[in-house]
Amino acid sequence: MTPRLFYRKATNYVMLTLTGLCALVAVGILFFILGYLLWNGGTSLNLDFFTKLPVPVGESGGGMANALVGTGKLLLIASLVGVPIGFLGGVYLSEYGGSTFSFLVRYMTDLLNGVPSIVIGIFAYTVIILRQHHFSTLAGGIALGIMMIPIAVRSSEEFLRAVPASLREAAVALGASKSRAIVTVVIPAALDAIITGIMLDLARVAGETAPLIFTAFGNQFWSPGWNQPTSSLPVMIYSYAISPYDEWHRQAWSAGFVLLSLVLFVNVFSRLVLARKGHARS
Amino acid sequence: MENPIRVTSVTGTTPGSSALPRGAEAGSKGAGTAELKLRASNLNFFYGKFQALHDINLDIHENRVTAFIGPSGCGKSTFLRTLNRMHEMVRNTRVEGEVELDGQDIFGLEVSQLRRRVGMVFQKSNPFPKSIFDNVAYGLRVNGFAGGKPLHDAVESSLRRAALWEEVKDKLNDSAYSLSGGQQQRLCIARALAVNPEVLLLDEPCSALDPIATAKIEDLIFQLKDSCTLVIVTHNMQQAARVAEYTGFFLLGRLVEFDKTTTIFKNPAQKETEDYVTGRFG
Repeated sequence: MTPRLFYRKATNYVMLTLTGLCALVAVGILFFILGYLLWNGGTSLNLDFFTKLPVPVGESGGGMANALVGTGKLLLIASLVGVPIGFLGGVYLSEYGGSTFSFLVRYMTDLLNGVPSIVIGIFAYTVIILRQHHFSTLAGGIALGIMMIPIAVRSSEEFLRAVPASLREAAVALGASKSRAIVTVVIPAALDAIITGIMLDLARVAGETAPLIFTAFGNQFWSPGWNQPTSSLPVMIYSYAISPYDEWHRQAWSAGFVLLSLVLFVNVFSRLVLARKGHARS
Repeated sequence: MENPIRVTSVTGTTPGSSALPRGAEAGSKGAGTAELKLRASNLNFFYGKFQALHDINLDIHENRVTAFIGPSGCGKSTFLRTLNRMHEMVRNTRVEGEVELDGQDIFGLEVSQLRRRVGMVFQKSNPFPKSIFDNVAYGLRVNGFAGGKPLHDAVESSLRRAALWEEVKDKLNDSAYSLSGGQQQRLCIARALAVNPEVLLLDEPCSALDPIATAKIEDLIFQLKDSCTLVIVTHNMQQAARVAEYTGFFLLGRLVEFDKTTTIFKNPAQKETEDYVTGRFG
């Protein structure tokens, strides 16, 4: 073996090992986190966690039922804000937007997508909380809804664009107007994919903490109303994790495990549906 | 509700039947006695600055099959799509000159009205991702046809006219994608026939089909000309010779020759036509 060939083979071996290891780490981190959460949080997970309110310091037991319901309410408001704006914006970009305007909107949504979540939290705080002088579920939901908009717009647009032009032609050739063709053919053809995209978007904002800290704030009890502060899983994890109590730490681990499971489930389920539909359509 | 579609002719149950008055010689097979249906005068077509059609003058006769042949890119499909203004779906196109349908300028008609009267079947079959029934019913529903028995009868009649009824009558609610390629193309023909067009434009309808499916579509064209005026673009010269009474030969955006099919194939006036039909180029 000449030195040159040896050098080449050695380089190949080292680089291949390195890239393989990095790929393994990338995949492994998710499993490591999952395992760690299951180890720490899954063990103290029980029915009480889903059905009971948090208990005062010193008592053991209790759960996070209010945080689960709170996260559900926040996501509902977020959907009411983010889905119509995102979906209809996507329809406009895909079907009507001229090249200049579409480019501008796409660029702006990309920028909005890059805005740190804490900044969006401060925005909601300034615009809503400071005016009504108390924290509210509504403000938290709106902050999350704003975070949903960029991805919802872009994914809706992409999936609508993917509908073949031949289907639009067929509809129009039968005497359908452009808008009629969009409503009766183009949107139905893309609907499964659009819903999946929105589910993934929702799963993404479900774990956001920063926009909620000074909007929805937190609550040890059931939230009294849509315009009152509410507890949520991410904020609950945050406040329990920085507390000095071991019992609360365990609960934070459990909450983390539940939140991650929810997000993972929505993610995997949506992608499976998308893959199956995409396959059926081709 | 006033119905824009002539229900009487849609609900006829024998294939090829029509209640439309077509004049004394409707249904007679001899070329040359039919009335004028479509007339293009001094038609020029532009994609941006590129002129795709030069000064086309052409008469299309009622209840006849007219074929356009010519090499790829010669403008025959462009001309066909101008006849029901499908070119308007493409940005940056411009038409000069006139096209008259029954003596009316088509550019003065309401475009969805025009497309209802002048239907179209495309090169690649393009059924909607809906059931077989809903595909055929689409054009009817778009044109204000309510559901129930009349709709069902109209769908059955259209499928019969397209010689597809026997093959699909037991699975009308199955996806259109469950059909074979040839069946899908006949479904698209049924869909176009459902709104009872006066003229049916066929843009290379058999180019993606095997010889058996092609023969079925050609049989269909034969039956349809009793109730409809047909215009077909084809790459297949034998097909033009088999189905068409009149043939036009396009080359480089010009209509080189237009005459009875037998003349075009046996005794063409132009050297280019003879070279093309005898296979010396193209």
